[in-house]
Amino acid sequence: MYDVLIVGGGVTGTAIARELSRYRLKLALLEKEVELAFGVSKSNSGIIHPGTQNPPGSLKGKLCVEGNRLTKKLAKELGVDYKEVGELIVIFSEDDRPRLLKIKADAEKLGVTGLRIVGRDWLLEHEPNINPEVLAALFAPTAGIISPYRWVYDQAENAAGNGVEILTSHKVIGIGKEAGRFDVSVAGGKVFSARFVVNCAGLCADEIAGMAGITGITIKPRKGEEFILDKKREYISNHLLFPLPAPTSKGVLVIKTSDGNPMIGPTAEEVADKEDLSTSDDGLKQVLESVKKLIPAVNENDIIAYFAGLRPVAGDDFIIRHEDKVPGLINVAGIQSPGLTAAPAIALLVAGLLKKNGLGLRKKFFFHRFRAKTVHLFSLLVTRISPLIRKDPAYGDIVCRCELVSAKEVREAVRRGARTLDGIKFRTRAQAGRCHGGFCTTRIMKIMAEELNLPMTAITKRGKGSELIKEERT
Amino acid sequence: MTARDSRLVTRDLVVVGGGPAGLAAALAAGKAGVKDILLLERDQYLGGILNQCIHPGFGLHRYKEDLTGPEFADRLIRETIDLPGLEISLKSFVVKLTGGRIVTYLKPGLMAEVKARALIMATGCRERTREMIHIAGTRPAGIYPAGLAQKLINIEGLLPGREVVIIGSGDIGLIMARRFTLEGAKVKAVIEIQKGSRGLVRNVVQCLEDFGIPLYLRHRVALIHGRDRVEKVTVENLDSGARFELSCDTVLVSVGLIQENELLEMAGAALQGLNLTSLPGVFVCGNAYKVYDLVDTVARDSEQAGQMAAEYLRK
Repeated sequence: MYDVLIVGGGVTGTAIARELSRYRLKLALLEKEVELAFGVSKSNSGIIHPGTQNPPGSLKGKLCVEGNRLTKKLAKELGVDYKEVGELIVIFSEDDRPRLLKIKADAEKLGVTGLRIVGRDWLLEHEPNINPEVLAALFAPTAGIISPYRWVYDQAENAAGNGVEILTSHKVIGIGKEAGRFDVSVAGGKVFSARFVVNCAGLCADEIAGMAGITGITIKPRKGEEFILDKKREYISNHLLFPLPAPTSKGVLVIKTSDGNPMIGPTAEEVADKEDLSTSDDGLKQVLESVKKLIPAVNENDIIAYFAGLRPVAGDDFIIRHEDKVPGLINVAGIQSPGLTAAPAIALLVAGLLKKNGLGLRKKFFFHRFRAKTVHLFSLLVTRISPLIRKDPAYGDIVCRCELVSAKEVREAVRRGARTLDGIKFRTRAQAGRCHGGFCTTRIMKIMAEELNLPMTAITKRGKGSELIKEERT
Repeated sequence: MTARDSRLVTRDLVVVGGGPAGLAAALAAGKAGVKDILLLERDQYLGGILNQCIHPGFGLHRYKEDLTGPEFADRLIRETIDLPGLEISLKSFVVKLTGGRIVTYLKPGLMAEVKARALIMATGCRERTREMIHIAGTRPAGIYPAGLAQKLINIEGLLPGREVVIIGSGDIGLIMARRFTLEGAKVKAVIEIQKGSRGLVRNVVQCLEDFGIPLYLRHRVALIHGRDRVEKVTVENLDSGARFELSCDTVLVSVGLIQENELLEMAGAALQGLNLTSLPGVFVCGNAYKVYDLVDTVARDSEQAGQMAAEYLRK
């Protein structure tokens, strides 16, 4: 019997797992995909928002501001790179100034600090590539960037180190409730019993809630297409650049990423299918048109990758509540933007809800707060690489040329849970560069086959059905 | 950097790249009297891309024989390898290059820095990707740059797909159409946006026509479909706008090559005339200089780069 079962291995579920792992609880996290962060979280922009662009009084706003503060601290504990680059919400016309001032006033009400309006001269000095027709911007210095996947993996790893069972390829198909206990069935036949269930199943949060008997939640996927530029263009912006927000999104942005590649997007389009991750010619056109208003030098020939993600929208605000009709069930639904930022604050809120509804939270004597930072050659100065190679020769064995990833890092990623080529990519950046895996795919597959003791025909891009090789000739 | 690593060795000539261009350049430099050459190859063997080009058509000019890629590579390696004063370092990946010709490279167990009195960059090229031509749709398994598919089949003995649509009718695309067919796969079509194939005529005949593989000119792949693995593509006629679908489990992307000159960029060097860069003593040859059709021409021009480096060192 588990104390708490967490359903969903995205950023929300892993943040909750990590937070609850401080306490003497029997915990498990169930993820339907073959790896964590393979749902909504993998398509995240990686922005740690300051808390602007949320209505005062909203749960989103409150948790975003708090999450921003907590992320900074948590990233240090978990050894994840976090850069506070700041954001600029840019306007081009005097007519838009009142809206900008309103955003500033709203954000200040929420407790966002350091906000100020900067003028054209400041902008031209600090963003040399910005459209010179710019008029002013709201500068929010507390905005930051983080790698969304590494953030999920490293929180999960720390949670696992503190005793949480992290179970991937565990798709929940039914939830029974009797005598103060949930019986959660997963595909394949296993049943997990628990006193509490926390549903943070992203796009499927409505289905999971439904299985437990709560019918009022509907997740409407809202698609966003994003386009990644070559690292060589890292210089095109120094801050996160936003236009004035659109009614359904924060607009099309020029994003700095923690990997150095600029990213442009996202679009915002309601779709019916929860699996529709296709990109479109129109999406690209729309994104290019919009970002060129911010940075005219953005060039479509610099695009090296693109993807679409689905925001799990459940109305205007997050839904985070204990369901009194189904005691012991906590729904965490509609966690779209600014969900990545809010995640650590959501985790605290959920811990509080669990406590309030009868879960005893007694601290562990030994809680491993810190996690050793994962080595990424690409983030090190060349001079720092030499001692690493002396310690382990495999750091000098380069697998991915474009992003400078060694055999050691790939092997280490497998040992830390990567089971697919996408999992390797998200953890190490191997295959994420300009050649898109053209040179390194074979080598990575061989390392995976060796580490996991699998034939090459069993290596997949992202789980069963996505095998790369049809037949092995011997 | 610690004292142990900081011995900055000076070499007369450093050649980056051990494919046909780097080998031919080192060979010519050695013949022209350069006595101290370090050749850095990032892969575990010499010969570069030739190793996976097991089809014939190589060496007609240089060796007056019709050779396969590996045979051509073997000949060139044998000519070069015993050159006095040539040191070959495999699995050696250059991470940094300065305008002052200081080369930093990694290999298993070692990071080293070397100052080159003359430097020849023979770093080859890479394939343009699906992403660079912005094909819309999904991102399932089964989309390969043609060169990767060639490596999987010819070097690793792995068949990546059974029903193939090839985007681009350059030589690599054409050769892979034949290769997949010979391996028992069905090549459904080759899709080309231009009015004619970009490949050699002999390849259109021998790789497509001989096997009855349709070539759609003035068409593009507008969408790739499939959740986990490629399921089909939508093909669009560029003139009429008409669309049709082809079911397949594999999409090969063969839409051209790009010179891989990131290191020269890092050093602030611009390409100039044949084999020349804007930096004194820094030369560039082979596909890194321009994308060639024939390896025989690569070898010929790269030998000239070796001679130019030797000439520079004599000054």
